[in-house]
Amino acid sequence: MTKKTKNDKILLAHGGGGQLTDDLIRRHILPSFDNEILTEMGDSARLDLTSGSLCLTTDSYVVKPLFFRGGDIGKLAVCGTVNDLAVAGSRPVALTLSLIIEDGFKMELLDRILSSIAKTARQSHVDIVAGDTKTVEAGAADKIFINTAGIGARLPGVDLGFRQIAVGDRIIVNGSIGDHGMTIISQREDIAFQTQLESDCAALAALTCQLLENVDGIRFMRDPTRGGVAATLNEISMSTGLSIKIRENDLPIKPAVQAAADMLGFDVLTIANEGKFIVVVSPESVGECLKICRNDPLGQEVQIIGEVVETRDVPLVEMETRIGGRRIVQMPYGRELPRIC
Amino acid sequence: MCLAVPARIVELEGDRAVVDALGNRWKAKTTLLPEVKLGDLVLIHAGFAISLVDEEEAKKTWQLIAEISEFDDTPNKLSG
Amino acid sequence: MAAACESLGRQVNIMEVCGTHTVSIFRNGIRSVLPPNLKLLSGPGCPVCVTDQGYIDTVLQLADREDCLIATYGDMIRVPGNDRSLETKQAKPNVKVVLSSEDALQLARDHPDKTVIFVAVGFETTAPATAVVVKEAAAESVDNFCILSGHKLVVPAMRALLSSKNNNIDAFLCPGHVSVIIGYGAFSEITRDFRRPCVVAGFEAVQIIEGLCEICRQLSTGEPALKSMYPAVVTEKGNIAAQKMIDECFEPVDGDWRGLGTIEKSTLKLREEYDRFDAFKRFHIRQSPSKERHGCRCGDVLCGLIDPPECKLFGQICTPREPVGPCMVSSEGACAAWFKYGQEKIRT
Repeated sequence: MTKKTKNDKILLAHGGGGQLTDDLIRRHILPSFDNEILTEMGDSARLDLTSGSLCLTTDSYVVKPLFFRGGDIGKLAVCGTVNDLAVAGSRPVALTLSLIIEDGFKMELLDRILSSIAKTARQSHVDIVAGDTKTVEAGAADKIFINTAGIGARLPGVDLGFRQIAVGDRIIVNGSIGDHGMTIISQREDIAFQTQLESDCAALAALTCQLLENVDGIRFMRDPTRGGVAATLNEISMSTGLSIKIRENDLPIKPAVQAAADMLGFDVLTIANEGKFIVVVSPESVGECLKICRNDPLGQEVQIIGEVVETRDVPLVEMETRIGGRRIVQMPYGRELPRIC
Repeated sequence: MCLAVPARIVELEGDRAVVDALGNRWKAKTTLLPEVKLGDLVLIHAGFAISLVDEEEAKKTWQLIAEISEFDDTPNKLSG
Repeated sequence: MAAACESLGRQVNIMEVCGTHTVSIFRNGIRSVLPPNLKLLSGPGCPVCVTDQGYIDTVLQLADREDCLIATYGDMIRVPGNDRSLETKQAKPNVKVVLSSEDALQLARDHPDKTVIFVAVGFETTAPATAVVVKEAAAESVDNFCILSGHKLVVPAMRALLSSKNNNIDAFLCPGHVSVIIGYGAFSEITRDFRRPCVVAGFEAVQIIEGLCEICRQLSTGEPALKSMYPAVVTEKGNIAAQKMIDECFEPVDGDWRGLGTIEKSTLKLREEYDRFDAFKRFHIRQSPSKERHGCRCGDVLCGLIDPPECKLFGQICTPREPVGPCMVSSEGACAAWFKYGQEKIRT
């Protein structure tokens, strides 16, 4: 392992393209990601892909706090993009990694984040093949911002999309909802509370590929991140013009997550998840889908939560409540604020 | 303004308390309930304990209270 | 409940006066399981939604000051004043969301160079929390702390609604947590003076339905009474320590309610001895009479006299994005719900 640089903080010069940049790359970044493409340090990565059809996506990560129970911004940066590729029906192959770092950011924290990115990438079988590092003045960025773009090889014969969805299709989620969002909230300065809650941050590609390779009737998949399950279901409803009905009793929610949401007045359906996907599947394929999920550590608490139904006059997402009532699940505003009312 | 949730007092010093609701711990003031003791179940609103909760009555209606009673040391156990 | 309603042979209008009841009714889909002739009216129970535009504009003006920090509950952030809301201000670091009045006081201790203004809204459930910190501030001489009191009282509002001619209110589902503080006995004057059933209910779906059942039963026997169905936390006298706290710090004065006009002795003002913690005094803010947007018919909607589309402002001038009255401000208010989902969906 190359000796770490003596600088214990990021300086503006680290982004200058000169000696310090070189130092940063060779001593901190490269050692974390051990692959030939990156080590070549070319201006672009050359990839040889056998698949004729690709998926391409990008996401930026600005989460605070940087380190939370169950993960950190680095892990999130890999999982988030890997998951976007996974639910689009592809096998993730490679990621780019762009960092924007504030002057004064501790090198030790950067090392931790890089190490986490590397570990998560290895576990998800993706390579980091290109990257960029910029530094900005203190105050011009909040500690560190990360962007990852990802390429995936489309799985042959898989054609997911809104237009595949039909009345009668079932809606399945691979496990408990609200974990990530409530964990982050518990560590926010202004409303911190002590808890054992953990983020569910995880890379789902292995499970999704297994499902897509073995189950015929999968129509559509999406990961319910910002806006939670409520946002994803409303997106499906709006894009298909169909309606969705879910059952409150079938929603997998950890009691501690529900209790925390109750204290703050949040609706768990609107809280972000980072290790979950929603899959819309034909009724005939439900059994197979559940079986495969249950055999995977990330799918053991899989649950059917509802189905696609005819629209009466406006496409809606409705929930059958615990008492047998009906209520509409609205598209979340985009920002959940704690209530006292 | 009526959002209030039951929680148990697990730490108490003067009128400063820590309350527990299914493993989540929050700070709360007990200034409005001078008679409160460690272990009491109270109703928390906007960071204040505003009432003692009668546990027997509570069990009849609050789903979570029922779960609190059965609750053992596995805070990440799924419900339903 | 169905049997009781049927025997009445007419539409029954029950008003709930607590924002948390409104939200719970919505989240549990309670309207969809009620008998067809039972109509639930969402009253002016969301203290944030009935906060008049003038108050919010005052908060916005104070938020513009470099020497001030605004501490507010999350509920207030999106409520609009005459044209803006705190939300745009939240981009500025001087608006902080707090979970408790204690956090606001701590903010003042932590920032001695700024004046911290606590946006004190809420009904009687929340007023004691404000009173406690005002007293603490006084005891510790935290002189850079002050409150902008917007606390409102439930019973005067109920009286005002019942006093207006042609109101359609048959009964009240009374707020459970306000009752924790004031005691369910506080509603006895409503039952006595207006002969309407008053039933205090909790917030779980089952509790609300039990409360509605009891009301229907009373209506069908023609014997309106006061009853609490929330014995877990509600007593007849309430929390005396909390009541004393309110009384020590505040006095009831006439106040403006958004969409309803002025209601007698319905708002809490800090008593003279706490003047220095009163932001209205400190910043010489004169509460100008509420500029009621001409044509706002929230009062009639709240009382169940008209449906939202019958208000001329509905959908044209008054929309969820630019709401005029509380019925549109609250995302579960009658007008907001109607706007989003149309008449059919109102059943949910």
